[in-house]
Amino acid sequence: MMRARHWLLTVAAGLAGFAAVALCVAYVASSGAGQGLGVNPVGGPFTLVDDSGATVTESTLAGKPSAMYFGYTFCPEVCPTTLADLSRWIELLGPDADKLNYVFVTVDPERDTPQAMHDYVSAFDKRIRGFTGTPEQIATVAQAYRVYYKRVPTADGGYVMDHSAMIYLMGPDNRLVNVIGYQETDTSALAKLRNLIALAPSS
Amino acid sequence: MRSLLILATVALLLAAASPAFAQAAGAPAIQVEQPWARATPAGAQTGAAYLTLDNKSGSADRLTGASSDVAASVQIHEMTVVGGVMRMRQLADGLPIPAGGTVELKPGSYHVMLIGLKKPLAAGDTFPLTLTFEKAGTISVTVPVKAMGATQDGKPGGMKGMGSMEMK
Repeated sequence: MMRARHWLLTVAAGLAGFAAVALCVAYVASSGAGQGLGVNPVGGPFTLVDDSGATVTESTLAGKPSAMYFGYTFCPEVCPTTLADLSRWIELLGPDADKLNYVFVTVDPERDTPQAMHDYVSAFDKRIRGFTGTPEQIATVAQAYRVYYKRVPTADGGYVMDHSAMIYLMGPDNRLVNVIGYQETDTSALAKLRNLIALAPSS
Repeated sequence: MRSLLILATVALLLAAASPAFAQAAGAPAIQVEQPWARATPAGAQTGAAYLTLDNKSGSADRLTGASSDVAASVQIHEMTVVGGVMRMRQLADGLPIPAGGTVELKPGSYHVMLIGLKKPLAAGDTFPLTLTFEKAGTISVTVPVKAMGATQDGKPGGMKGMGSMEMK
């Protein structure tokens, strides 16, 4: 009985996840079609707080392409792995790496205060900045970037977050250019990052 | 004569009991191989440990829990990435280990989740971890901490990247 329920819950959760992703894709496809080819509606205005406590908006990132990752500091694996990968890629990109913004946005504003974000991103490349905000601000930025996140209670009274686990590569105009998936190879990720760097306005 | 008989019986009993004893203490039914963990960022509340469980016995077992003095609580979790979405769940019924089979706890899959770290796990450190099994009882191992972003073989990036691994 318990097993059946567990199985049903798993299936239901899986279906919900697929539905969410499908909806995102459908949305992207439909709005893209409405606005003509090449216009992708991922990305948009936001107001957040960086890990030094300063207010940041989409204009803070303007002018440079950005690599943005949504996660949370309570995450034991995907997030530190992705940020460690990103740090290694930044290193391998050499001086060109400075032509991009690197941002880690939390989907867990309740636990991830600016100080918590600061402590966390300090463990990685210094160019990676941490953004947090109020739950409403995080909901807004997540919606703008079509990021899926969901709070899931745990048996011990705590919670974990389900969340999109990819790096969004945004052009200088803050529109989605590409994504880097979880555990993508260095070769593939570096090629995508170099393509993104090529979009940087020459200074 | 009588005392000799008792002695012989005791010796026999000991001999008979010793394989069982060895099973429990010397060569447990479950072997825990290659435990390791990743270093954690400062202020991180959580960490993950990985290992391989090799069930040497003829009966299925189950990893039901774990504990360590580096964390307030330790749970057995499964992580999946489906459709680009990461999910992490506690295995409420534990992790089954088939008879004679092995189960790998590794990045992107099952892991031992350390919750409420008392201090960051630093590369080069080790910490104790006690695993509890339904049948095999408890087994304690020492877990070495590898660099952040390390994989089981200890290289950053591990299998990934291939051609671009020559980090300067």
